Amino acid sequence: MYTSTLTDRREFIKKMAILSAMTAAATMFPGIIFAEEQESNIPEGANLDWKKGPCRFCGVGCGILVGTENGKAVAVKGDPNSSVNKGLLCVKGYHQIMCIQAKDRLTHALVKKNGAYVKTPLNEALDIVANKMKETIQEHGKDAVAMYTSGQSTIPEGYVASKFMKGAIGTNNLDCNARLCMASAVAGFLTSFGADEPMGCYEDIDHADYFITWGNNMAEMHPVLFSRMLEQKNRRGAKIIDFATRTTRSSTASNRSILFEPQTDLAVANAICYEIVHNGWMNKSFVEKHCNFSKGLTNMGYGLEDNYSFNDKPSTIDFEAYKKFLEEYTPEKVAKYSKVSVKDIKYLAAIYGDPNKKVVSYWCMGMNQHTRGTWMNNLVYNIHLLTGKISQPGNGPFSLTGQPSACGTAREVGTFTHKLPKGVVTNEKHRRLAAKIWKVPYERIPPKPTYHATEMFRAVDRGDIKFIWTQVTNPLVSLPKTGRYRPGMEKDSCFVVVSDVFPTPTSDVADVILPASWHIEKSGLYGNSERRTQHWDKMVEGPGETTPDAWMTIEVAKRMGFGDLFPYSEENHVEEIYNEYRQFHEGPKHGMAPLEVLKKESGAIWPYVDGKSTQWRFNAKYDPACTNGEDFHFYGKPDGKAVIWERPYEPAPEVPDAAYPFWLNTGRVIEHWHTGSMTRRIPVLHKAMPGAYVEFHPEDAEALGIRNGENIKVSSRRGSCVLPASINERGLPTKGQVFVPFFDENMLINDVTLDAFCPISKEPDYKKCAVKVEKA
Amino acid sequence: MPIKSYLAHPITGMKNDLIVSLTQYEQCEVIPAENNEVVILITDTQDDTEEHILKEKIEAIPSLKLLAMVSGFNTTKN
Repeated sequence: MYTSTLTDRREFIKKMAILSAMTAAATMFPGIIFAEEQESNIPEGANLDWKKGPCRFCGVGCGILVGTENGKAVAVKGDPNSSVNKGLLCVKGYHQIMCIQAKDRLTHALVKKNGAYVKTPLNEALDIVANKMKETIQEHGKDAVAMYTSGQSTIPEGYVASKFMKGAIGTNNLDCNARLCMASAVAGFLTSFGADEPMGCYEDIDHADYFITWGNNMAEMHPVLFSRMLEQKNRRGAKIIDFATRTTRSSTASNRSILFEPQTDLAVANAICYEIVHNGWMNKSFVEKHCNFSKGLTNMGYGLEDNYSFNDKPSTIDFEAYKKFLEEYTPEKVAKYSKVSVKDIKYLAAIYGDPNKKVVSYWCMGMNQHTRGTWMNNLVYNIHLLTGKISQPGNGPFSLTGQPSACGTAREVGTFTHKLPKGVVTNEKHRRLAAKIWKVPYERIPPKPTYHATEMFRAVDRGDIKFIWTQVTNPLVSLPKTGRYRPGMEKDSCFVVVSDVFPTPTSDVADVILPASWHIEKSGLYGNSERRTQHWDKMVEGPGETTPDAWMTIEVAKRMGFGDLFPYSEENHVEEIYNEYRQFHEGPKHGMAPLEVLKKESGAIWPYVDGKSTQWRFNAKYDPACTNGEDFHFYGKPDGKAVIWERPYEPAPEVPDAAYPFWLNTGRVIEHWHTGSMTRRIPVLHKAMPGAYVEFHPEDAEALGIRNGENIKVSSRRGSCVLPASINERGLPTKGQVFVPFFDENMLINDVTLDAFCPISKEPDYKKCAVKVEKA
Repeated sequence: MPIKSYLAHPITGMKNDLIVSLTQYEQCEVIPAENNEVVILITDTQDDTEEHILKEKIEAIPSLKLLAMVSGFNTTKN
């Protein structure tokens, strides 16, 4: 997979020993800096040119400085001017540029001819893609072609994909991998507030008395933010409460770890609300002035069948009806099935209910990858709305993103089937605005969404989609139930184009592979979890014919006859596209910073109004878009009020039984970024975590006679995967649960997972299905 | 030919003393953290006996609070 530049074996081993220690230190002290070692690769007497940008990996959006010399990137360090990370970086961040030089980098287009990949000039490969796309549309209609992009696509890449599919071709067959990680957060924000993305910012960390993390292992997934929380814990006595289904490094670093039975977070959140209401902890004046109460449909199903559809029908209720609904969620009743003690439920409620304590709730995949993910997001908002702890420094709900531009690209540009750069396709006003800016006939943008991610790959399998182009993503490792979707993508009925930096199990099934530029080999913009937009300039040349995804999309659009809609120049397309895109968000509610500001500063938070970032939305003290004359204005909703939702507990679609007695939970590790296509090519990270494993509770392992390292077959009703057992190592699942990280393409745990999803957000649940385990 | 890596935790406020003490041994390579009270220690010795003796000396350093091994490799020279 990679070759070492160190020829001396002993020196190499020494280096590995150092890097193992650095990785261990980074998991114990997130954000730790070993400047001497981290800068050791810098050539002696080097005259480095340091260029700023955001980190390539997670949604935190740390500022990095990349040192280049003679056209090569040779070092990375944290940007001390970035208020996100203040010079800190995690172990992935420090080593990110090491993947660029991987031996198997995709440097030229490859076209499958007679079953073998043939190196092909890029222009010729783009001709093939454009011709195939055109032919497919002519023969089968425009809804027979699809694009599947990424929360790692840059803002210009996402924007031209949306314009190409929705504005030029006229199909809503565009979705992205952020559907797999953030869609429930989006649906939660929209249903509760009418406006997407967190109201607060990372500066909340400096003000909060309590951090409550909901199913969120921040020490490994958002290490720099967790490090900032630990700093506040040590300095000011701020407290971290970890509420989760598995004991992790975050749990051990927290003040309290409270474990719950999978799926019962819904009930516990309602029990917290019950306590708040019944103990008189509700902020009555806030609720009366700023909140409405609603309920929606229940027993929605789980999307397990093809072509499943669901539309919620919200109806208004009054406070008394909501109070009555909560009677089902007394701590005593909920403790019985959540396995959270009455005392712990009351403890959590008392933290939120104390008017003198500032509380931030953080979550990421645990709450979002949930068959009731939208509800779960609504319920945490309920807690903050009932107590009025929202939109103020140190008080607020904050959904963290997994990918570096899940917010900036997927959510803000709108690379989902139902979205436009501003608003949704179902809204005529929004379609008209898009048509005007794109200079296309309004009628061309279809008013109905088509396929969300899971349904898109089901449509490929069924033969309904006959052409698909994936960019910056690896769905055949990251989708749930890959055992269905891999054979689906291999079928001759669908022409597959994969644009990527490295070969992956997804590119293995492609008809055409396009060689993409990596992060610093192109200019771009990302938007992180706190609404911060960050720009970077191209830092180094990419190898061979590697090309930015935005430019390849534009080239295909031109070949299909849409050149007049894409009048950008190759040299300045990023700037030209961003300036066009900014028009969608003009105004005080979502104004984006001008490019010249972003070029100078380490990002700016939108709404960017009168030269200033807005750190806390909906609070009149900080947000110039508030116009109702009150302290708070939830202007995403027509009446300016947020919604407290009646959302019940409903069980998971598949629960352990006699045949499949264990819960399977899947997730990530600190060393690897998602499906590992980049980080497994970084020697230090690969050495530190070379393969996946299945974690057991020691009592379960003992009962089954399983020893550490022994190969175990994990099987569900859908498929199986063999992995070594891990007992008392990285994490500790609760009894009756096993945990498997999904980064390893050689051990595809998503062959085992279930493709059930939240009926509202359409985000799959990777955290819960039933499996059996046996010695392999 | 063992090569081992450790996280060496100093007694509070004695990180610099610990670094000075460790760097006195030629078999030790020290990488201090910039922003935490911990240092990475790499030991590179000829054999197990030398490694054992060195470890005893390190553990006797007054500014050391805790020495936690992270990895150990045994290798031939080059």
